[in-house]
Amino acid sequence: MDIVAVLADSFRTAFGPIAAAYALAAVGLNLHFGYTGLLNFGHVAFMMTGAYGVAVTVDQGGPLWLGFIVGVVGAVVLGLLFGLPTLRLRVEYLAIVTIAAGEVLRTLLRSGGESSLTRGVFGIQRFADDFFAANPFDRGSYGWGRFAYSERGLWVLVIGWSLVALVTLVVVQLARSPWGRVLRAIREDEDAARSLGKNVFVYKLQSLVIGGVLGALAGMLLAIDRQSVNPDTFLPVLTFAVFAIVILGGPGSRLGPVVGAIVYWFVIQFTDRFLREAIAVGWIPESVIDSTDVGAVRFVLVGAMLMGLIIWRPQGLLGRREEVLLDAD
Amino acid sequence: MPTEQSGHSSPPPPSPPPPPPSAIPILRIERLRKQFGGIVAVDVERLDVARGTITALVGPNGAGKTTLFNLVCGFDRPQSGSWFFDGRDVSGRPAHRIARSGMIRTFQLTKALSKMSVLDNMLVAGAAQRGEHLLSGLVPPTWRSQERALVDRAAVMLERFELDRMASEYAGTLSGGQRKLLELARALMAEPSMLLLDEPTAGVNPVLVQSILTHVLALRDDGMTILFVEHNMDVVMSISGRVVCMAEGRVIADGSPDAVAADDAVIDAYLGRRREA
Repeated sequence: MDIVAVLADSFRTAFGPIAAAYALAAVGLNLHFGYTGLLNFGHVAFMMTGAYGVAVTVDQGGPLWLGFIVGVVGAVVLGLLFGLPTLRLRVEYLAIVTIAAGEVLRTLLRSGGESSLTRGVFGIQRFADDFFAANPFDRGSYGWGRFAYSERGLWVLVIGWSLVALVTLVVVQLARSPWGRVLRAIREDEDAARSLGKNVFVYKLQSLVIGGVLGALAGMLLAIDRQSVNPDTFLPVLTFAVFAIVILGGPGSRLGPVVGAIVYWFVIQFTDRFLREAIAVGWIPESVIDSTDVGAVRFVLVGAMLMGLIIWRPQGLLGRREEVLLDAD
Repeated sequence: MPTEQSGHSSPPPPSPPPPPPSAIPILRIERLRKQFGGIVAVDVERLDVARGTITALVGPNGAGKTTLFNLVCGFDRPQSGSWFFDGRDVSGRPAHRIARSGMIRTFQLTKALSKMSVLDNMLVAGAAQRGEHLLSGLVPPTWRSQERALVDRAAVMLERFELDRMASEYAGTLSGGQRKLLELARALMAEPSMLLLDEPTAGVNPVLVQSILTHVLALRDDGMTILFVEHNMDVVMSISGRVVCMAEGRVIADGSPDAVAADDAVIDAYLGRRREA
C-alpha cells in the first residue's frame, strides 16, 4: 500500500478549497449554534442562496461582482424570512422552519425546466470564468510531491482560506465585544437576558443573518470551485456535515470551526483512500467491502468517530470541558 | 364583580393635574386580569406600591403572585388592565423595555448564566452599553472606556455581595445561595429604581438568608423600591413595611405585617377553612 500517497491526498483535501468552504459555513453556524444557541437546521439554504446568487446572475449576463452582492443580499433576506416569524418563539420552531425551508428551496430550484432561471435539475455551469481569468498564478503544480495543487486549485484555495481568516477575525472580535456577551447570555437563558433589558429578538435576528451570510459565502466558494451548481448537491445532509464540523471543533470556540473543517475533511478523505487501497492490495476481502461500498462506509466511520468524540471529548477539539460539565445541571 | 369588567369603550376621563412626584406611587396596577383557559390567575382591581418601600407579596401556592410579576414585567400578557411605572404607562410593553425603564425582576428559579463567568454575568447587565450595538462592537475604542467603568462597578458590587473571589469562576459552579446573591447583584448592575424579587430566599441557607435580607434593607435605605414574593413568614415579618396577600388571583388583604397576619381572610386562604364561592 502506498501510505504516502494516501496521506498526501488526505492532506490535500483537508487544506483544499472545499474544506475552506465548509470552514466558512461552520464559522457561520458556530455563531448561530455555539454563541447564540440558535438551532439552524437549514444552513444549506443559505449556501444554496449564495451559490445560486452567483450562478444565476452570471448566467443571465450580469458581472461576477453583482453575483456576489445578489448572493449576500439573498442570504440577508432569507435570514429575515426565517427569523421574523420564528425567533420570538422557542428554539425548536426555528429548527423546524429551517429544516423544511432548506428542502423547499431545493425543490423550488430543481422544479423548472432547462430554460428556467435556475435551469432545474440541469443546473448552471461555467459561470466563474471571470474568477479564474483573474488567477495570478502561472500554469503548473504547486506543492511537494503528491501534496500539490494545480494553479486553479491554488487560486480558489488562497481566496477561500483568506476569506476564512477574515470572517474568523470578525466573528472573534464580535464575540469578545459586549455584543457577543449578550449573545452568550441569550444562549444561556434568554429570559434572563430579557429581564436585564436586552432586546433578545433583535440580537437573535442579527446573529441569524450574519451567520447566514457566511453560509452564503461558503456556497459561493463551493459553486466557483466546481464551476457548477445543481440543486441536488444541496441536500439536508450538508447542514449536518457542517454541524458535525462545529461539534467536532467545539461549539462556541474561536478556531473550532476551522480546525473542525480540516479534521473532518482529512478523516473523510483518509478513510476513503485507505479503504480503497486496502481493498486493492487485498487486506480487506472484496466479499466484506468492495470499492463501491467505500463511499458509504467512510461516513459510517465518521459517525463512529463522532460518537467516540461525544463520549470521550464532549467539548470537541477546542471547546472547554468545564462548560460541558456545567450542562449536567 | 364581573359586571364592571366590560364596557371599556368610552374615552378616558380628562386627567387631573399631576400630584407632586413623591406622592405618585412608583408602580400602579389597575384592573389587571389574566386567565389561563377558565382559570383566573390574576384579577387585581388596584395595587399601588409607594416609592422607597419594601412590600411583601404573600399567598398560598397558585395565588397568582408569580403570574402578577410576569405580567407587570412584560413576560406574559394580560387579557385586560393597565399598569404604570414611574408615572408612565408601560402596559403591554415588551419585557426588555420595561426593564430598561428601571424595573428589574429576578426569578424564582435562579437564572445564573452558567457558562459565563460571574464577572460576565454582572457586565452583561450594564444598561445602555455602546458595545452592544453590532457595528460599534467591532470597534473596541468606541466602548472600551465604558467597559472599564462597568468592570470597576461590577468589582465593587461583587465585593459588597462577597462574590469577589468568584469573579472569574463560571456562574454554574456557584452554590444555590450564591446564585441568588449573584442574581440580586446582577439586577443592581442594571441600575433599577425598583426591584421585583421572586422568592429571594428560597433554598438558601440561613446565614445567606440573613445576608440577603441585610442587602435588601440597605437597598431600601438607599431609596430603592422593593416588591418581593416570599413564603418564609419570618422573612416577611422582619423586613417588609407592608404586606399584600393574594389568593386565587385577588388581593385579599393589604396592610402592615401584623394586621395582615391577623386577618381572617388570610388565615382562611392559608388554612382553607371557608372557601369563597
